Amino acid sequence: MGKYIVGRILNMIPTLLIVAIIVFLITRLLPGNPAAVMLGPQASAADIKALTEELGLNQPLYIQFVDYIGNLLQGDLGNSLTYNKPVIDLILERFPNTVILAVCALIISIVIGVPAGIIAARKQNSIFDYLFTTFSLIGVSMPIFWLGIMLVLFFSVNLGWFPATGMGSMEAGAGDFFSHLILPSIALATIPTAQFARITRSSMLEVISQDYVKTARSKGLSEFIVICKHAFKNALTPLLTVLGLQVSSMLGGAVLTETIFSWPGIGLLIIDAIGKRDFVVVQNMVIFIALIYVVVNLVVDILYKVVNPRIKYSSNKGGS
Amino acid sequence: MSTGQQGIVLEQTQVKTKNEHSLFRKLIRNRFAAFGLFVILLLILTAIFAPVIATYPPNKMNVTKSLLGIGVEGHILGTDNYGRDIFSRLVYGARISMLVGIGAVLFGAVVGTLLGVISGYFGGKWDSIIMRFMDGLSAFPFILLAITLMSVLGQGLVNVIIAIGVGNIPGFARVVRGQVLSVKHSEYIEVTRSLGAKHSRIIFHHVLPNSFAPLIVYATMSIAGAIISEASLSFLGLGVQPPTASWGSMLQDGKDFLVLNPHMATIPGLAILITVVGINLFGDGLRDALDPKMKA
Repeated sequence: MGKYIVGRILNMIPTLLIVAIIVFLITRLLPGNPAAVMLGPQASAADIKALTEELGLNQPLYIQFVDYIGNLLQGDLGNSLTYNKPVIDLILERFPNTVILAVCALIISIVIGVPAGIIAARKQNSIFDYLFTTFSLIGVSMPIFWLGIMLVLFFSVNLGWFPATGMGSMEAGAGDFFSHLILPSIALATIPTAQFARITRSSMLEVISQDYVKTARSKGLSEFIVICKHAFKNALTPLLTVLGLQVSSMLGGAVLTETIFSWPGIGLLIIDAIGKRDFVVVQNMVIFIALIYVVVNLVVDILYKVVNPRIKYSSNKGGS
Repeated sequence: MSTGQQGIVLEQTQVKTKNEHSLFRKLIRNRFAAFGLFVILLLILTAIFAPVIATYPPNKMNVTKSLLGIGVEGHILGTDNYGRDIFSRLVYGARISMLVGIGAVLFGAVVGTLLGVISGYFGGKWDSIIMRFMDGLSAFPFILLAITLMSVLGQGLVNVIIAIGVGNIPGFARVVRGQVLSVKHSEYIEVTRSLGAKHSRIIFHHVLPNSFAPLIVYATMSIAGAIISEASLSFLGLGVQPPTASWGSMLQDGKDFLVLNPHMATIPGLAILITVVGINLFGDGLRDALDPKMKA
C-alpha cells in the first residue's frame, strides 16, 4: 500500500508541472504587455515599466519560466496588486468559505443521490424509477447559474425564506449562517446529486443480478442487509470515480454559484480578479484549484485501492 | 473495375445503407431519443431561419417599451430592460448556442483525434508526452479553463469556441487513443501493414473508421456541455460581445430584474435546459443504438 501511495504521489509531479506550464503559456498569450493590461489605459509609461520589471516580464521567456517555477516551489505565489496583499493570504482567507460550500453540497448530493439510486435500482421499471430517471436527467442537464437565479426568485424574492446573497457568520448565530448556506449549497449540489444517483442506480443494477446477491437472499437475509452489506459495498467503486470527478465539477461550479450568491470564496475571487485584470491572482488561483483537483484524485485513487485491494498500481499510465 | 469488384462495392453500399436505415429506425423507435432529435432539429431550424422567425431586430432598443410583459404590444415574450424583444433575442441566441456547441466540439474533436491517433498508434515517448499533457489539461475544471482562456483572449465568438474547444481536447484524445489501442494489433491491420500500406492509409482507412461510433456519441454529449459552457461564460460577462444575443447574457440581464420581470431570466434558462436535455437524450439513444457496450 505504501509503495502504491508513493507511486501515485510521484505520478502527480509531472501532471502538476504540466499544469504550471499550461498556466504560464496561457498568461503569456495575452496580447501586448501584461503589465500594461493590468494597469489599464490610464497608466503612465513609468508605472508600466516599473510593474514590468517587478513581474520580471522584461526577462527572456525561459528565465521568466524558471523564476516562475522556482517561486511556485517555494510557495511564493506573488502579490495581488488590487487587493494589496500576498496571493497566499487571499487563498487562506477565501478557500475555507469554498470548502464550507463544497462540503455542504457534497453531503446533500450523497445523502439524496445515493439512496435515490439504490431505491431506483431496487424498483427498476416502476413509477419511481421513471420519475427518478427523468429528474436525474434534468439534474445533469441543469445550468446551475439559472437554477441559482430561480432559487433566489422563488425562495428569497417570492417566499422570503432565505437571504438571496452573502455569507452569514456564526457570530450572528447558527440560524444566520445556515440560512445563507442553504440556497448556494442546493444549487451547487444539483448536478452531483443527479450524477451520484445515476451511477448508483446503474452499478447497483449490475451488482444485484449477480449470483452472490441471490445466494445472500436465499440464505434468508433481510433485504436491507443484502442491499447495504453485500450489494452496495461492491457498487461503491464506480461511485468513488464519480466522487473524484465531482470535486472538479464543484470547484468549477463554485465559480458560478459563488458569483450568483455573492459567496466570498475562491470562485468569486477569480471572477473579481478577472474584472480587475489582476492576472497574478487569476494565474495562481487556477494553479491552486488544479492542485486541489489532483490531490483529491490522489485521495480517491487511494480510497479506490482500500475499497478494492485487487487494483494494482501501474507506473505506465499513459492516460486512459 | 471487374464485375466481381463492382459486386462487392455494391454489396458494401447496400449494407451501409441498410445499417444507416437500421440506426435511424432504432433512434426513432426510442421515444426519448426521438424527442431529443426533435429538439435538436428545432434548434437547428431556428438558428438557420432566425431572420425569418424573429419578429423584431434582436438588438433594436426602445427604452419607451422596456420591461413589457408576455404578449404585450405584439412582443410574444415581452421586452427586456432596453426594450429589446425577448423572443427575437431568444431565436438569435439559438444561433450562438449552435455555433459554439458545434464549433467548440469540432475544434476539440479535430485536435483531440489527431493527438489521440498519434498517441495510440505510434505509442512510446509520443504517447507519454501527449497523455501527460492531456492529464495536465484535465486537471482544470472545464469551466475554469474556459474562464481563464477568455480572460486572456478577450470576448468574442471565435475566442469562445477556442476556449471551450481546448477543454474538449483531452476527452476526444482519450476516446480515440483507447479505440486505436484496441484495433492497432488486430489481424486486419497487421495484414494491411504487411502488404506495405503507409501509416496514413492505415490510420485514415482502417483505424479511424473503427473509432467512429464512440467518437460520434462522445461528440454529441460534448455539444450539450459546450452549450452550457457558452451560456456560463456569457453569464459571467466573458462570452460573446454585447449586444449580441446569447442565452447566457440574456440570463445575466434578467438577473437584475427578478422582481419586475421574472420571465427575463426564466425563459432563456428554460431554453438552455430543454436544449441540453434534448441533446443528452439523443446522445443516450445514439449510444444505445451505435454501441450498446458503452451503456452506463
